[in-house]
Amino acid sequence: MHELSIVYSIVQTVTAALESDIGCQTQRVRSIRLQVGALAGVTIDALLFSYDLATEGTALAGSRLEIEKLPVEVYCPACDAIGTLDGIQSFRCPTCGTLTGDIRQGRELEIVSVEFDDLATAPPTAPALASH
Amino acid sequence: METRVLEIRKNILNKNDELARALRGRFQAAGTLVLNLVSSPGTGKTELLQLTLRELLGRGLRVAALVGDLETDNDARRLAASGAPVRQITTHGCCHLDAAMIERNLTDWSLKELDVLFIENVGNLVCPANYDLGEAVRVVLLSVTEGEDKPLKYPGIFNSSDVALVTKIDLAGPCEFDRSKAITNLHEVRPDMRIFELSSRTGAGIADWLDYITDLQRHAAHTRDSSPFPFRDDDMGAN
Repeated sequence: MHELSIVYSIVQTVTAALESDIGCQTQRVRSIRLQVGALAGVTIDALLFSYDLATEGTALAGSRLEIEKLPVEVYCPACDAIGTLDGIQSFRCPTCGTLTGDIRQGRELEIVSVEFDDLATAPPTAPALASH
Repeated sequence: METRVLEIRKNILNKNDELARALRGRFQAAGTLVLNLVSSPGTGKTELLQLTLRELLGRGLRVAALVGDLETDNDARRLAASGAPVRQITTHGCCHLDAAMIERNLTDWSLKELDVLFIENVGNLVCPANYDLGEAVRVVLLSVTEGEDKPLKYPGIFNSSDVALVTKIDLAGPCEFDRSKAITNLHEVRPDMRIFELSSRTGAGIADWLDYITDLQRHAAHTRDSSPFPFRDDDMGAN
């Protein structure tokens, strides 16, 4: 159960990326997109459960965690092709059944992108500011 | 107000992976063979390690161990009886060792004076799978008392390991352990896995295991400038 520490890493990475890219903190984060491979060893439910808790009081508070699950893909030398596995209990080519440990996808645990409201581009709300 | 999307494309465990890569570089430069032992609690990691340390010392190899546990330094005290330098890493509830813990605990050890370093991970078949420690070889233990379907229940950690040790084989009979099924299951989740069957109590299979480590270490010593274990870098570095 290390999902909470993974969510803390997400908060750190996203906050740092927003600060270095935009250079300020005037954003409200709407959502974070993650890719989680079947061999990444994390439980999606536990990630979602930890997310609200870990984002509280940060720029990510109230945002959505969107998770794309990636199945394992293996290269089969017999077929000279990449196949997608149904699960992670049998590393056999889905076409010919040859055992293969040549994994091409499935270990991902990656932050893809962040969607946010850029408050710096917001129109001035106070008339006094606009007229100044 | 504008809604924007910022591409990040960053591995969440990036920090650990970078640290682990740096550690692997240090280990290779020093010619230290590093093995990371993972398993569920109670498979006999400490017992086997105690025997392994003692025997390798007897073969003239300079060996040491880092031992991870949630609490207590009982394992370190048991292992120190072998005569090898041993250091306990108490994680206080953390379910795995990470590269930063290894780095912190290596500080005053001179790697150049170590031929083989064992890392005994926290007993857990889930979380340690994700954390690269810079090891050359990941070794998973499966005791006959656990049943032959463990690899299918925890495919992640078995898939991430290079070598499997089937332990406590002296108890295989009473446990009605199905040996061929266990081997089939191991290869089903990690097709090219190297398997040793052994018993720390009777000594069965121990010589093969020791020969394997000795050969690997010798190989590493001759190829210090390049990675002697490219399969590990491919395995973990791709992420």
